[in-house]
Amino acid sequence: MADLSINFAGVKSPNPFWIASGPPSNTAYQSHRAFEAGWGGIVWKTIGDPIVNVSSRYSALNLGGQRMVGFNNIELISDRSPETNFREIKEVKDRWPNHAVIASLMVDTRERWHEFVKRSADCGADGIELNFGCPHGMCERGMGSAVGQNPDVAETIVGWVMEAAEIPVIVKLTPNITNVVYAARAAKRAGADAISLINTINSITNVNLDTLTPEPSVRGLSSHGGYCGPAVKPIALNMVQSCAADPEVGLPISGIGGIGNWRDAAEFLALGSLSLQVCTAVMHYGFRIVEDMNEGLSDYLDSKGYKSVADFSGAAVKSLSDWQYLDLNYKRVARIDYDKCIGCNLCYISCEDGAHQCIDLVDSAPYGLGPGRVPGKPVPKVREEDCVGCNLCSIVCPVDDCITMVEIETGREKFSWNDYQARLAKGEMQPIPAHP
Amino acid sequence: MLIKPLLDAGTAARNMAEKEARYAPQEALIESNRCLFCFDAPCIMACPTGIDIPSFIKKIANGNPTGSARTILTANVLGASCARVCPTEVLCEGACVVLDLEGDPVKIGRLQRYATDYVFEHQIDVLQAPAKKNGKKVAILGAGPAGLGCAAELAQLGYDTTVFDKKKEGGGLNTYGIAYYKMPPKISLDEVKMIERLGVKFQYGVEIGKDLTMPELEKNYDAIFLALGLGGANRLGIPGEDLPEVVDALEFIEWIHTKPLHEVPVGRRVAVLGCGNTAIDAVSQSKRLGADVATIIYRRGEDDMPAYGFEYELAKNDGATFHFHTIPTEVLAENGHVKALRLAKTETRDGKVQIIPGSEWTEEFDLVLKAVGQEKQSSAFEKLFPSLKLDRKGRVEHNPETMATSVPKLFVGGDCANGGREVVNAVAEGKKAARGINALLTKQNVTGPVQPSRYGAKDGALGSGFNHPIRVPELLAAMNS
Ligand SMILES: Cc1cc2nc3c(=O)[nH]c(=O)nc-3n(C[C@H](O)[C@H](O)[C@H](O)COP(=O)(O)OP(=O)(O)OC[C@H]3O[C@@H](n4cnc5c(N)ncnc54)[C@H](O)[C@@H]3O)c2cc1C
Ligand SMILES: Cc1cc2nc3c(=O)[nH]c(=O)nc-3n(C[C@H](O)[C@H](O)[C@H](O)COP(=O)(O)O)c2cc1C
Ligand code: SF4
Ligand code: SF4
Ligand code: SF4
Repeated sequence: MADLSINFAGVKSPNPFWIASGPPSNTAYQSHRAFEAGWGGIVWKTIGDPIVNVSSRYSALNLGGQRMVGFNNIELISDRSPETNFREIKEVKDRWPNHAVIASLMVDTRERWHEFVKRSADCGADGIELNFGCPHGMCERGMGSAVGQNPDVAETIVGWVMEAAEIPVIVKLTPNITNVVYAARAAKRAGADAISLINTINSITNVNLDTLTPEPSVRGLSSHGGYCGPAVKPIALNMVQSCAADPEVGLPISGIGGIGNWRDAAEFLALGSLSLQVCTAVMHYGFRIVEDMNEGLSDYLDSKGYKSVADFSGAAVKSLSDWQYLDLNYKRVARIDYDKCIGCNLCYISCEDGAHQCIDLVDSAPYGLGPGRVPGKPVPKVREEDCVGCNLCSIVCPVDDCITMVEIETGREKFSWNDYQARLAKGEMQPIPAHP
Repeated sequence: MLIKPLLDAGTAARNMAEKEARYAPQEALIESNRCLFCFDAPCIMACPTGIDIPSFIKKIANGNPTGSARTILTANVLGASCARVCPTEVLCEGACVVLDLEGDPVKIGRLQRYATDYVFEHQIDVLQAPAKKNGKKVAILGAGPAGLGCAAELAQLGYDTTVFDKKKEGGGLNTYGIAYYKMPPKISLDEVKMIERLGVKFQYGVEIGKDLTMPELEKNYDAIFLALGLGGANRLGIPGEDLPEVVDALEFIEWIHTKPLHEVPVGRRVAVLGCGNTAIDAVSQSKRLGADVATIIYRRGEDDMPAYGFEYELAKNDGATFHFHTIPTEVLAENGHVKALRLAKTETRDGKVQIIPGSEWTEEFDLVLKAVGQEKQSSAFEKLFPSLKLDRKGRVEHNPETMATSVPKLFVGGDCANGGREVVNAVAEGKKAARGINALLTKQNVTGPVQPSRYGAKDGALGSGFNHPIRVPELLAAMNS
């Protein structure tokens, strides 16, 4: 069995699954429940000077009957006092000494940072996470993403924290920035031990078309919220990989954003995370989801022969590069398995209207009837010579493995955009003619 | 007649309630999201009226039930009743690709009902006739589905349309003949009212041939649409057939639609002769109205019966019993009332049903329902329109594209043209005839509100369900019979 335990910048955890800072990590009671369910760590709901929340705080993007594809909130940091929070952290640590408990902090002045960093260590927290990401409410007061969006300011504040820190410091990055790598580098320069990302993305999920107010509506008025949940995973993965691949960053990464199951988790690990944080999925289904995360990840690592999470972390980072290195001579085409095709013709219309017009509807006779085909109804046929191999039809096809993208041997050697530009410059070739 | 109603009002209403509940909004959302939104969808091809099914389902998923109903009703003005009475298993749902993907098709009929119920309940008229009529007059003979389909289409094309029917109300068999648990008559009557609001005039209590004759019609109208359906039940030709408790199954079903349910007389022991869909409807409704025993008597075997498999299952679930390979030879009476049936076992030799000698026995029944097929109106038609050509099965010959008959200006559709199919075929043929009439009177081919998302189908959307049969064996059997 693969070893799921991790040592994340000095923070030890029996598995990589942590509760992200948010409503599920608000209290000692929830922490007990989370650890009982099998979570490896918890990042406490951000502690700072207590705030006051509004009622009506969340809204969601539902899609095709599927709820909470994306989730939005206008909540602030903890509304409980620092005393209560630090006392409860101690209580949790006393009962769960081998689990990771991280104090998430957000204050303003250098003195306050020093004070809160010290109180975190005193109560037994294993580490500190700096919340530079909250996109609403706090930034108006010069905290949260107001810090995270300005690498220089972030660097200064991380510096203050490092002056007092005796336990590992994780800097939580905001995605509401042009290039997250600059923020990660700033954290590194200031001496942080690790980074975590992403926090929530600025959002408006929907407008109620009867009242014409967006949700969540607070007496007819809403506010810009923070977006998370399954819909943000691709954005989070992109940012995690960018930081993991950047030679200047070189910090352990805690991956966050849309993780809901072991597959999501494995993808975050593959792209360079070492620990994983989950908020929305727990808000949707409760702590029990971690059971399959642990089991699924363990089985996966075993099946692929990885000994530990650390062994696997980053395994796919190098499989991405900049576009100009990709092989322009690589070719794949779509191929339809007529035994599986159910005849929805979505491949046809998507290619016809949405891509490159290389699927025809033809007489089905030579292709046999797929299951349940209406006699006389035409079947889709790919004109392979025109197919650019864009993948669209295979993505829209509702039947698994019905359209496969097949690699075509062109017999031509690898030829990237960079190679192309170099040969052009040397006058070794003519420009490739534009697509007709 | 000795038979009496058997149930109190509450029980009767419960037993005869619509067999499936209307979808709640969330159910409709979930079900509509199962649809893949196929392009040139096979379900459209399988619908005789060519409703753009993916579009109407998408509109439900997008929270636009009114638009959904508009899509449905432009293609099929009786979309609300078709949603309930269509044999969807052998039509749209039988062709749905999700059936192949998941083994369970998108519930097109129930979604169609959801959308159409919505506009009827909210009194939204989605169809509109042009404000200015085109000055041409068309007479429609018969207010059944074919007549209504034609009238609605003509009204939308600007014609002055009058529908004649001998009954007190419109809808034809849709109002008087459909199994009550599939659809109560109110739905059909609401549809008639909707068509009235399109400006179509209805004259009831007018019997064609008696109160109104062909010369009058020819004089006063630019075109005539013939949609008188089929005649009464075929005769059995056995002794005792004319006893008072030997009733045409259609007449029995009509009682159910014209009397309060708890006042419909039914036997304690009911024999239904025949095994088509009418027989199945009669036997199920007899059981539901309180008969102790309701038995189908059919001279051939289980595999030969013309009824759809799913109708058969329904009757069995209702507790109906079946005597296959059995034929009645005589209705026995006591004091002038039905007492029993004399029955005999049959075998089929060289395709012919023959009585097995010495196999006869007697079984007690107090009501015998005849469902051995409806007569064609051949003799009535011969009298009405002497030059009208009928085929050898007694159906009115017609051009399949325009529905024109051998008589100038006379068009035909529905059961009297196709020999008896479904409501949806009648509507489609009525609509097709309306276009034929329009082409004749304006020399112009309007496609009207035909659904747009078709590709590659040889003829138009209309009537294609039966022209492009889908794989369901029942359907092929129905076509070949
Ligand atoms: C018992 C039964 C159950 C059925 N169940 C279903 C079902 O579940 N689903 C389905 O799709 N189909 C069903 N059908 C078939 C369907 O009802 C018919 O196919 C459809 O009604 C045909 O429509 P139509 O307009 O051609 O004829 P009809 O509905 O028969 O309408 C003909 C109209 O003409 C009128 N008429 C007749 N003669 C004259 C005259 N001389 N003068 C004036 N008016 C006249 C009649 O009063 C009637 O209103 C069923 C049929 C029967 C008999
Ligand atoms: C209601 C809510 C409150 C949150 N509060 C905090 C917070 O106090 N501090 C913080 O660092 N992140 C906070 N987050 C962000 C989450 O920790 C996490 O970064 C983000 O939700 C993405 O992960 P997910 O897709 O698993 O939810 C909050 C998120 C939600 C939904
Ligand atoms: S989730 Fe709990 S706190 Fe939130 S609205 Fe519902 S009951 Fe209230
Ligand atoms: S999308 Fe797939 S199932 Fe649909 S027609 Fe194309 S190949 Fe067949
Ligand atoms: S065939 Fe089924 S899935 Fe496709 S459009 Fe029709 S109802 Fe939808």
